[in-house]
Amino acid sequence: MSEKKKSIATVVSQDIISVGIYSMWLSFPKEQDVAAAAVPGQFISLYCKDGSCLLPRPISICDINKEESSLRIVYRIVGKGTQEFSELLPGDTIMVVGPLGNGFTPKSGKSILIGGGIGIPPMLALAKSLSDEVSVVLGYRTNDLFLKDEFVSYAKVYVSTEDGSAGTKGNVIDAIRAEGLEADTIYACGPVPMLRGVKAFAEEQGIAAQISMEEKMACGIGACLACVCQSAEKDAHSNVNNKRVCKDGPVFDANELLFSTEFGK
Amino acid sequence: MSTSVNLSVDFAGVPMRNPVTTASGTFGSGAEYSEFVDLSALGAVTTKGVASVPWPGNQTPRICETYGGMLNAIGLQNPGIDLFLKRDIPFLKQYDTRIIVNVCGKTPEEYVRVVERLAEEEVDLLEINISCPNVKAGGIAFGQDPVSVEKITSQIKDRAKQPVIMKLSPNVTDIAQIAQAAEAGGADAVSLINTLTGMKIDINRRTFALANKTGGMSGPAVKPIAVRMVYQVAQVVKIPVLGMGGITTAEDALEFIMAGATMVAVGTANFHNPSATVEIIQGIEQFMRENKVADIRELIGCVR
Repeated sequence: MSEKKKSIATVVSQDIISVGIYSMWLSFPKEQDVAAAAVPGQFISLYCKDGSCLLPRPISICDINKEESSLRIVYRIVGKGTQEFSELLPGDTIMVVGPLGNGFTPKSGKSILIGGGIGIPPMLALAKSLSDEVSVVLGYRTNDLFLKDEFVSYAKVYVSTEDGSAGTKGNVIDAIRAEGLEADTIYACGPVPMLRGVKAFAEEQGIAAQISMEEKMACGIGACLACVCQSAEKDAHSNVNNKRVCKDGPVFDANELLFSTEFGK
Repeated sequence: MSTSVNLSVDFAGVPMRNPVTTASGTFGSGAEYSEFVDLSALGAVTTKGVASVPWPGNQTPRICETYGGMLNAIGLQNPGIDLFLKRDIPFLKQYDTRIIVNVCGKTPEEYVRVVERLAEEEVDLLEINISCPNVKAGGIAFGQDPVSVEKITSQIKDRAKQPVIMKLSPNVTDIAQIAQAAEAGGADAVSLINTLTGMKIDINRRTFALANKTGGMSGPAVKPIAVRMVYQVAQVVKIPVLGMGGITTAEDALEFIMAGATMVAVGTANFHNPSATVEIIQGIEQFMRENKVADIRELIGCVR
């Protein structure tokens, strides 16, 4: 049985990269192997010092530096917890559990990486880890194209914006069609409507797709059954087609995801 | 100098290493948390509610945070008694801890079916959930009326081979009266409190934060209510009380013990700190040493 431990991470750097979006590097005690064990698509749970914020905040890993035993997260301020994280300064410490979840399974051949909104950060770690031809399609609301430039060294980068102010006007699938992109594997992370569209596109094109899901979590380690998503297969925990996003995911084969709102069917 | 202090208690005839267990539903069957804490250090592990067949639970979102607390409406998703007996009990038997199995059902017959299946199993106690606020049938429906509490308690006691703990809802007018009904029905112990029914509105989406609209509130914010109810119940029943509701630290646990709880359960705190259970046990021991309390039993119900 693997030993999961709470870690006290130290903030290495904290930068504002866009309106309300922060980039933070955290270093971990070398003996705990947190960064060494991490793979793209996994997440870490960050714990607030403010006792009124009880639940850990699950945030995806944006970059991994195994030599420095550090991880980078890029996160948006959405409430009191992420506000607290944004106020941390280099040298400050924070309780972390992770890496958690399964992560992406890298496949050889051409790949398209799709990130929507705050689902973009985990695709950076993945883009860095893939060696064959990589296209990245990033979906934004407006021309606030955070993180886009960092992908350029690792992939051909395409953009869609809802307001048409940059790249293809529309969504990520519109951009893929407009650019005529092809792939053997699609990897995606973003809001559920986008992921539903990615699954439909992958099915239509006969492309394998790995989809990273998001759901409200409490424990983050598979015990509380808060963050389930309806699955085609019986889940290992309860045998009721409810896979746990935190433990069985967050990355699922697209065929595994039903995107239905009816549980127990 | 460290002198030995006694943390062991007798709970409904079952000797416990210490008075700390887990609150049902927050700890699974221990497998996930065994990566953070030594389950053998706990007085007992209380498992998530198990029914006669698998239950899929409610739609998501199933949880949300509130100030100093949280709401959940998981809806008792569980694998059913077959898989539970095959997988979860053998897992827990690897550890030197007591096993309390939480039982849920939609009808009295469903509770009895699970209790009968557990009769020949090596489990130490049964905890009967007649207080879940998040399922449409069963759960709280049995726990809000003294007549039905007494009746279902005696139906379960007729078949149970292990001591029976009735888990009570705080969503009642007079919890002491409900506890007395459980005692009259033959309960060996009572546990309280289950969660308080609550609601949160997402003002940006202009809808409920939970798909189920309402959920059960837990966490530090509910603790004073839970301490008050444990105290009220302990005054009127002879059977032991398992107290819970927002216990996050050893000091919290000691409040419940002094209010009359023989055992305490740690629930939501596990989410805030995966090793909360063992830290609370260590903290109780430290408090006893510092205050020269040789035996935890000196503290149980010491505030009257």
